Amino acid sequence: MSAIVVEHEHDHHEHGPAKGLLRWVITTNHKDIGTLYLVFGLAMFFVGGAMALIIRAELFEPGLQFVNPQFFNSMTTMHALVMVFGAVMPAFVGLANWMIPIMIGGPDMALPRMNNMSFWMLVAGILLLASTLFMEGGSPAAGWTMYPPLMLQTGTALPFAIFAVHLLGISSIMGAINIIATIFNMRAPGMTLMKMPLFVWTWLITAFLLIAVMPSLAGAVTMLLTDKFFNTSFFDAAGGGDPVLYQHIFWFFGHPEVYIMILPTFGVASTIIPVFARKPLFGYSSMVYATASIAFLSFIVWAHHMFTVGMPIAGELFFMYATMIIAVPTGVKVFNWTATMWKGALTFETPMLFSIAFVVLFTIGGFTGLMMSIAPSDFQYHDTYFIVAHFHYTLVPASVFILMAAGYFWLPKWTGHMYNERIGRLHFWLSAVSVNILFFPQHFLGLAGMPRRIPDYAVQFADWNMISSIGGFIFGASQLLFLYIVIDTIKGGTGEKVTNEVWEDAAKHSLEWTLSSPPPYHSFTTPPTVIPTEHI
Amino acid sequence: MSTNETYYIPPKATWPIIGTGGLVILLAGFANYLNGSSAGTTMMITGLIIFVIMLAGWFSLQSTESESGMYNAQVGVSYRMGMLWFIFSEIMFFGIFFGTLWYTRTYSVPWLGGGATKELLWPAFDATWPTNGPGKVGGDFEPMGAWGIPFLNTLILLSSGVTVTWAHHGLLANKRDQLIKGLIATVILGFLFVSFQAYEYHEAYTEMGLTLGSGIYGSTFFMLTGFHGFHVCVGAIILSVILFRSWKGHFKPENHFAFEAATWYWHFVDVVWLGLFIFVYIM
Repeated sequence: MSAIVVEHEHDHHEHGPAKGLLRWVITTNHKDIGTLYLVFGLAMFFVGGAMALIIRAELFEPGLQFVNPQFFNSMTTMHALVMVFGAVMPAFVGLANWMIPIMIGGPDMALPRMNNMSFWMLVAGILLLASTLFMEGGSPAAGWTMYPPLMLQTGTALPFAIFAVHLLGISSIMGAINIIATIFNMRAPGMTLMKMPLFVWTWLITAFLLIAVMPSLAGAVTMLLTDKFFNTSFFDAAGGGDPVLYQHIFWFFGHPEVYIMILPTFGVASTIIPVFARKPLFGYSSMVYATASIAFLSFIVWAHHMFTVGMPIAGELFFMYATMIIAVPTGVKVFNWTATMWKGALTFETPMLFSIAFVVLFTIGGFTGLMMSIAPSDFQYHDTYFIVAHFHYTLVPASVFILMAAGYFWLPKWTGHMYNERIGRLHFWLSAVSVNILFFPQHFLGLAGMPRRIPDYAVQFADWNMISSIGGFIFGASQLLFLYIVIDTIKGGTGEKVTNEVWEDAAKHSLEWTLSSPPPYHSFTTPPTVIPTEHI
Repeated sequence: MSTNETYYIPPKATWPIIGTGGLVILLAGFANYLNGSSAGTTMMITGLIIFVIMLAGWFSLQSTESESGMYNAQVGVSYRMGMLWFIFSEIMFFGIFFGTLWYTRTYSVPWLGGGATKELLWPAFDATWPTNGPGKVGGDFEPMGAWGIPFLNTLILLSSGVTVTWAHHGLLANKRDQLIKGLIATVILGFLFVSFQAYEYHEAYTEMGLTLGSGIYGSTFFMLTGFHGFHVCVGAIILSVILFRSWKGHFKPENHFAFEAATWYWHFVDVVWLGLFIFVYIM
């Protein structure tokens, strides 16, 4: 008799979370780790955002007001690294952890222990990177691209920053391997590849990109390290090397990297829009093929970041045409989202508002990208604020907006509580208006010739910089509303009990809406029998 | 496809946080060492010890769980996918250094020794391979030939690929004797390779004037062969662990993931060497 009780207790112990704070340190549960990633990503969004506000405060007026130029350059560098590696990527990995096992009807991630390690490696990498802020000579200030020879002038911080990049790379590769193994190996019976929600598809392709390109970044920064400390000449012309080689390797990583941040964005948008349009996604299979095409093209366009570096004309032409081709699969996607909404029974809850804003504003970012893809035109845009405006349009009102949308969309599922719709919409409208005040004028500044990464500028740029800074501060302050909503929803939100579906007929689209809100600690201990296909 | 009920999900994991801590101490120590701080070496050793303890603890946990039958075939597929994609990431890592070699030989060195660069900057520079650049960085050196030790090492690694396959056949046929003999031979060949390479490096540094600082030739030569040699060391250590486990009676003909993973890794290291032998030594 007692043996049975012991057995039962043992079972119970294995199926619930551990007690206390240690739960979060040693957890192997995909939801716990997903939550850790999301919380970490949100925290870093505010850290990186604070750095952006330092930049915008300094640029509010011409002249030097608040910071010295070295620190200003540190801020542009650290803002980018923190936002890319600390906020956007981890947030999407968090969504992947939470949603992929549920969406494919699996029990958990395929490699749960490694899942834990990839999160803590991320924290370690970011901490190592942040520690450089307090070092002699300051944190890296050569831009997030870390070009030599400028990067090699970094002080004490150099090896710390390089090892931080290594840790972040290891973390991403482990996370990506886990996601691929999960998607290929953990699907419920009947969940064929072409029945998977598009979010799962985009993450499968993103994970492949991560494993393919994170090692090149590791290789590039390793060569920086040996050039500085072990007398190698990889990027030194006197020894037969070439600093441009670093740019090639970096952008071989860097271009797929920007798609690593946008493909899951596409996936979430393709998941949210059909639910609020109350229609199946238009062109499911074309979405899958378009995602795969974009991923393939991302490997053969890297030198469009370096049109002005002095390449042979054949190289300029190849990278120009290859880049322009990306507009085709991207256009397919924008068309499909629009067609999904066409004649749909649309409602405009906060996740849908953010998703529609994403479709419109991402298209603006896409069009400026098309302008820059034309090599002769890019000679004017290169290293100006036009570039800054372009990639911020593809990252802030695209990736970040969709992360917000995902937050509003799934928070009721994750917590079992409804968020405050009124404050959600206020957050949306403040963000959508201020993000345009923030970034749209930067197009004008760039076309007029204002260079990137400078703390001071000629007086003719003063007006638009001031407007941009005002937009930046409104945007930054608006995000505190999101923080409030997240905390409020976790604590109980509106008090309204949410159903399993949360959104009308959502269970037709994807499996997470068939589970309780919040879902049990272990989602599908037995595989689901009915596979939703409305999204196809 | 998933059957879920039997999929093994460990309730908690303590090794990942220990391993991460060890790695951070190791790397921060290395960074301190590079900056000339006295604490660096101690930190590196501490971090390395923690990291090695983590590896030993985590892998012995995995092998205990595997031997007690906690992993079903589906778990095995996850592990196999994990290993294959890890090897893919390693291939991309080596690809960058091969790419560096090809880029410098095909583009940047000829550009340095031609056109306006030659006329205006370095008229005396002869852009032939091997080179340590127009600045003759690192001084005169003698390039490494292909047909002495490197060729011998090629034969050694290829033979080790044969012996490890022979061991695998022994395991599949449940001939433990053949398994263990094959693994012993592979491990010996692996460490023999590393010893020869150490000897080659010693010759390069003391007799040939060829160092890591010998311009782009020295940089690419030592970076490519050095990272490869490190991987051979790791592979040989992994195979030693597999040998030890075989001795203890681990692995079954129908289920021996760790053995397979080790052989995949070993063949990967082998193929990289063939690339090195062709592009670094012969061409």
